[in-house]
Amino acid sequence: MKKTRGAGLGGVAASVLPSLIAIIVGLLFGFVILLISNPAQAAQGLKVILLGGVNGGAKGIGQTLYYATPLILTGLSVGFAFKTGLFNIGASGQLITGAFAAIWTAVNCPWLPGPLHWIVPILAAIIVGGLWGSVPGLFKSLLGVNEVIACIMMNYIGMYGVNYLIKISNIYDKLKNQTVNVPASAALPYGGLDHVFYEKIGNLLRPSSVNVGFYIAVFAAVVIYILLSRTTFGYELKACGYNREASRYAGINEKRSVLMSMVIAGMLSGAAGAVMYLARSDGLHIDVIEVLSPQGFNGIPVALLGLSNPIGIIFSGIFIAHIERGGYYLQKLNYMPEIIDIIIGAIIYFAAFSLIVRNVIAALARRREARNALGRGNER
Amino acid sequence: MDYVIEMLHIVKEFPGIRANDDITLQLRRGEIHALLGENGAGKSTLMSILFGLYQPDGGTIRKDGKEVRINDPNDANALGIGMVHQHFKLVHNFTVLENIILGAETVKGGRLIMDEARRKVMALSERYHLKVDPDAKIEDITVGMQQRVEILKMLYRDNEILIFDEPTAVLTPQEIDELMKIMKGLTAEGKSILFITHKLNEIKAVADRCSVLRKGRYIGTVDVASTSKEEMSEMMVGRKVNFAVDKAPATPGGVELSVKGLTMRGPHGKNVVNDVSFDVRKGEIVCVAGIDGNGQSELVYALTGLMKQDHGRIMLRGQDVTHASIRARNDLGLGHIPEDRHRHGLVLDYTLAENMVLKSYHKPGFQNHGFRDFRRMNEVTDQLIERFDIRSGQGGRTIARSMSGGNQQKAIVAREIAINPDVLIAVQPTRGLDVGAIEYIHRQLVDARDAGKAVLLISLELDEVMNLSDRILVMFEGEIVADVRPEDVTVQELGLYMAGSKRGKA
Repeated sequence: MKKTRGAGLGGVAASVLPSLIAIIVGLLFGFVILLISNPAQAAQGLKVILLGGVNGGAKGIGQTLYYATPLILTGLSVGFAFKTGLFNIGASGQLITGAFAAIWTAVNCPWLPGPLHWIVPILAAIIVGGLWGSVPGLFKSLLGVNEVIACIMMNYIGMYGVNYLIKISNIYDKLKNQTVNVPASAALPYGGLDHVFYEKIGNLLRPSSVNVGFYIAVFAAVVIYILLSRTTFGYELKACGYNREASRYAGINEKRSVLMSMVIAGMLSGAAGAVMYLARSDGLHIDVIEVLSPQGFNGIPVALLGLSNPIGIIFSGIFIAHIERGGYYLQKLNYMPEIIDIIIGAIIYFAAFSLIVRNVIAALARRREARNALGRGNER
Repeated sequence: MDYVIEMLHIVKEFPGIRANDDITLQLRRGEIHALLGENGAGKSTLMSILFGLYQPDGGTIRKDGKEVRINDPNDANALGIGMVHQHFKLVHNFTVLENIILGAETVKGGRLIMDEARRKVMALSERYHLKVDPDAKIEDITVGMQQRVEILKMLYRDNEILIFDEPTAVLTPQEIDELMKIMKGLTAEGKSILFITHKLNEIKAVADRCSVLRKGRYIGTVDVASTSKEEMSEMMVGRKVNFAVDKAPATPGGVELSVKGLTMRGPHGKNVVNDVSFDVRKGEIVCVAGIDGNGQSELVYALTGLMKQDHGRIMLRGQDVTHASIRARNDLGLGHIPEDRHRHGLVLDYTLAENMVLKSYHKPGFQNHGFRDFRRMNEVTDQLIERFDIRSGQGGRTIARSMSGGNQQKAIVAREIAINPDVLIAVQPTRGLDVGAIEYIHRQLVDARDAGKAVLLISLELDEVMNLSDRILVMFEGEIVADVRPEDVTVQELGLYMAGSKRGKA
C-alpha cells in the first residue's frame, strides 16, 4: 500500500511537469511580445500578468475563481470527452443552449421556493446541454459521423437557435436586444465566498463575484474523477475510447458508450452556461449576439493543460482565469487591448501544448539514457 | 573465425526487468543463425539493439571486427543491417516498387527516377528468385508476397546482414517452404541471416547454428545438425518438453454449440461463409482447419456476434443466439480467444490487470453498485500471472501495450480460460508462443474438454490440429469440405482438403 502511494506521488510530479514547462514557454513567448510592443514596461508587464488576479487583492483572487468557474466546467466537458476518445468541440453550443434553458426557467418559474429557484434552472441547463451533446453522440454512434463536424454544426445551430428563441419567447427585452434579467432570487448565492473574497472601500464591503458556481465546478470535477477512475461505467467509457473494437468484443455496448460520453460532456457544458449566466455581476441575461461562446472553446486549452485529468482541470481552469485576469490588469500599463489579447492568447495556447512537451520530455529521457548507455559501454 | 557481426556482453534494462543480461551473439559470414528463446526471453530486445531501435546499457557491437555504434536504424542500414519485422512495415496503397525504394529514392532535379530502380529491383528479384509484381499495390497482394517485398527492400539497400523476426508466423505451409528456399539462396550469395523463431522444425530445416536465450540470459550456441529438437527445446525452456499432447479419448456429451446453414456475404458479393452447419458437443475439441482466409475468421465473428450473418441459425447451449448481443452470448458461457489480439483481444492502453477483467468487470465480485473492486481485480490478476507465467515489467500495473506479443497472447488465453466458459472458441490460441507456453495452453484446452466443455479450435498449424482435436472440419472457400477424425486422416490428406483438391462428405 505504502509503495503504491509513493509511486502515485512520483506519478503526480511527473505528470505536472509537462504542464509547468508548457506554461513557462508560454510566458516566455508572452514576454517577447511585451518586449516588442513596449520594451520599457515589459518587465513590469510580465509581473502584472504573473500576479494575475492577485493584483486586485482578495477581491481579485475571487474574480479569478469566478472566471475560472465556467472554464473548469467546459474544461471538464472537453477533457472527459478526450478520456473517452472523443473530441467535444461543441462546448460552446452546449453552453449557450444550457444558458438559455437556465434563464428561461428562472424567468418563467418565479414561484419556485428558496434555493430551488436557482437549482432548478441549473438542472434545466444540464438537461438541455446533455440533449445538445447527444446529437453529435447519436450521429457518431449510429452513423459513424465524425463528432467534430457534428459538434461544430451544433455550435452554430445552438447560437442562432438561442438568438431566435429569445426573440420569439416571452423573455425578450426588445430595447436592449437581450433577455430580461432573471429575478434576484434566481441569482447564484455567494455561499460564504463573499466573506473571503472582498475589498473594503471606506466602510463599504464589496464582495467579488465568485459564488456557489465554483463549488459546483469543483464538485463536478470530483464526480467526473470518481466516475472515470472508480466505476464500471467509466471503465466502459474509457475502454471504448481506447479501443472500440475490443470493447465490442468484451460485450460493452459501444454505441451507447459513445452516446453517453457526449451526453455527459454536454451536461457539463450546459452547467457551465448556467453558472455563467445566473451569476450576479455580468450575468443574469443573455445578449443577442452572433458570437460563439469563447468559454466553450477555452475549455479545450483548459483540458489540454490539465492533461484531461479532472482534478488537474480544476487547477488549469484557475490558472487560465488567473492569466486572463493578468491581462485585465495589464491595461493599467501602456499596452493596447489587442496586444494584451495576443499575449494572453499566446500564453494560453502555449500552455495547451503540454502534451507535446510531455512527448519531448520522453524523447529527451530516451536520448539521455542512450548516451549514458554508450558511456557505460566504453568503460567495459 | 570470420564474424560479420558480434554482439558482446550486451546488457539492456527496462523498468522492472533485465531484458538482456550479458548476451553474446556472433554471426558468421554466410550462415543462417537462429536465435531461439521463449516469449520474453529477450530476442526482440537484442535485435532491436542491433537495428538501432534501442541503445544497450552495456556491451559492445562489432562489425567485421571493428567496434561500431548504432544509434538509429539509419546507422544500421549504413552498416548493411536490414530487418524484416514480424509485422511488415509497408505502405498499403503504394505499389511494390514504390515500397521498395521508399526512403532510398533516386532523385534527379526533384524528380523521381523510377526506371533505374525498376531495373535494379527486377534484377534482384531474378537473382534471388523473389517473385513479385512491381506494379501491384501492397493491399492487393498475399502476405507471402508482402514478405518478399520486405526482403527485396533489404537487398535493394545492399544489406548483407538480414534479420528475420519470426517470419513464418504469418505464412501458409507452402509459403514457409518457399521462404526457407529463399533464405538458403540468400546465404549462398554471401548474405548472413539472423533468424528469430521459436519453431524448432524450421531451425532444423534451415539454420546452421543456433543461439539460445532464456529469461534474458545467454544459454549457449549449438550446431544445429548435431543437436536434436528435444535438446534445443530443453535449453530454451530449462526443462524437458512434451511435444505430443497427452489426452484420453473424448467422451462427447450433448450439443453445446450448433450452427445451421450459416451464410455470410463478403464485400465482393461472394459468400465468404457458405451454408456452414456443424455441432460441437460437450467434452470434445472440434478443430476448424484450413488455409488462412477461407472464411474461418468470418465464421468466428458470426458465432461470437462481432459480425451479423446473412442466413442461418446459431444455437448456444440450447438457446437461439442468432440475433443475441455479444454480452448475452458471453453471459451464456461463451469464451473467445480472438484471432487479432490487438484489435479485439486487448485494450492496449489499459493495464494488464484492467485487461484481465475485460469480460468480468461488470460481474458481482468485481463491482459493487457500479464501483469497481480493485482489490479483487488485482488478486485475480496476480493469480493468473502466476498460473500462466505472464511476464511483464510491473506485474498487473504494466500497460498492455508495453508487453511482448507472446505475453499479451498468454494474458488473453488466461482471461478466457479463467472465466470458465462452457463453449470456448479459440482462434490460433498458441500463435506466437514458445513450446513451453504452447504445451501449457494445449493442456488447458484438453482439461477444459475433460471438464465437459465444448471447445472449437481454429488453427492454421497442422501439428496442432492433429495433436489436439477430436474431430476436424476443413474449411475451403467458405465451405466445410471435410469432417474427419484425426486418426482416420494423414497430414497429407488434410493438406489436400485444405487446398481444395479433395472433398469429403461434409
